[in-house]
Amino acid sequence: MALNLAEALSSIETQAEAADWRAAIRLAGAGLVAGGATTDAYTDEMIAAVEKHGPYMVIAPGIALAHSRPSPAVLTGGLSWVSLATPVEFGNAANDPVTLVIGLAATDHEAHLQVMQALAGVLSDSAAMKRLAVAATADEVRAVLGELAAAA
Amino acid sequence: MKIVAVCGMGIGTSVLLKMNAEKVLAKLGIDADVEAADMGVARGAAQTAEIVLTSEELAEELGDVPAQVIVIKNFFDLEEITEKLTAAVE
Repeated sequence: MALNLAEALSSIETQAEAADWRAAIRLAGAGLVAGGATTDAYTDEMIAAVEKHGPYMVIAPGIALAHSRPSPAVLTGGLSWVSLATPVEFGNAANDPVTLVIGLAATDHEAHLQVMQALAGVLSDSAAMKRLAVAATADEVRAVLGELAAAA
Repeated sequence: MKIVAVCGMGIGTSVLLKMNAEKVLAKLGIDADVEAADMGVARGAAQTAEIVLTSEELAEELGDVPAQVIVIKNFFDLEEITEKLTAAVE
C-alpha cells in the first residue's frame, strides 16, 4: 500500500472562495500554518515566488502547486489542500483556471520525496481528480485519497 | 544522457517533473540520469546536460543554454512528456 496522501495533509479545505490567485495561495498558506507546518512568513514567500518566477506552479490543467524554498518559516514541512468553489486565474495560459491549490512546504530537498510520490500518483489519476474536485467536505477528500492509497 | 528538470525552488514542480520523466524514460528504454534543480543550480547544470525540462515561464527565465530546452505544459500528461522527449532524443 502506498503512502496515504490524506495522512500527509496538514489541512483540507473544500469549495473555498478566493477573489484572486493571491487569496487562493493565502488559503493554502493558512492551511499549512494551521497544521503547524509553517509560519505566516512562508505564505508571503509562496506569493513572492509567483511574483518572481511567474505562474509556472500551475503544473497541470486546474492544479496549482503553491510552494517556496526551505526557509526558517518552514517548521516541519507539510502539505495543504484547498479546492475552490469558483475557479481562479493565475495567468498561466496553458493550465488556467485553477480549481485546486496544493500548498507545499519542505525542510530540505530530499525529506519529502515519499509525499511527492504519493502526490504525483494522485494528481496524475484523472478519474480520481474529477471526484476530488467536486468533493464537498474534507471527509470526502480523505475517503477518496484513502481508496487510492489502498488500491495503489 | 543527463537531463535536468528545472523549477524556481527545486522542491516541488521539478521533483514532480523528474518523477514523471523517469517513468517515461523507463518505458522508452532510454538510459538517463534526471536531476531536479532550482533556477540557480540549473543555470550551471544546464551547461553539461543534454536536455532541460521545464515550464514555459521558466524557459524564458533560464535564457540561452547549450542544452536542448523542452517546455512541458501539463506535468502529469505522460503522453506529452513521451512525445517531446522522443522527439528530442531522435
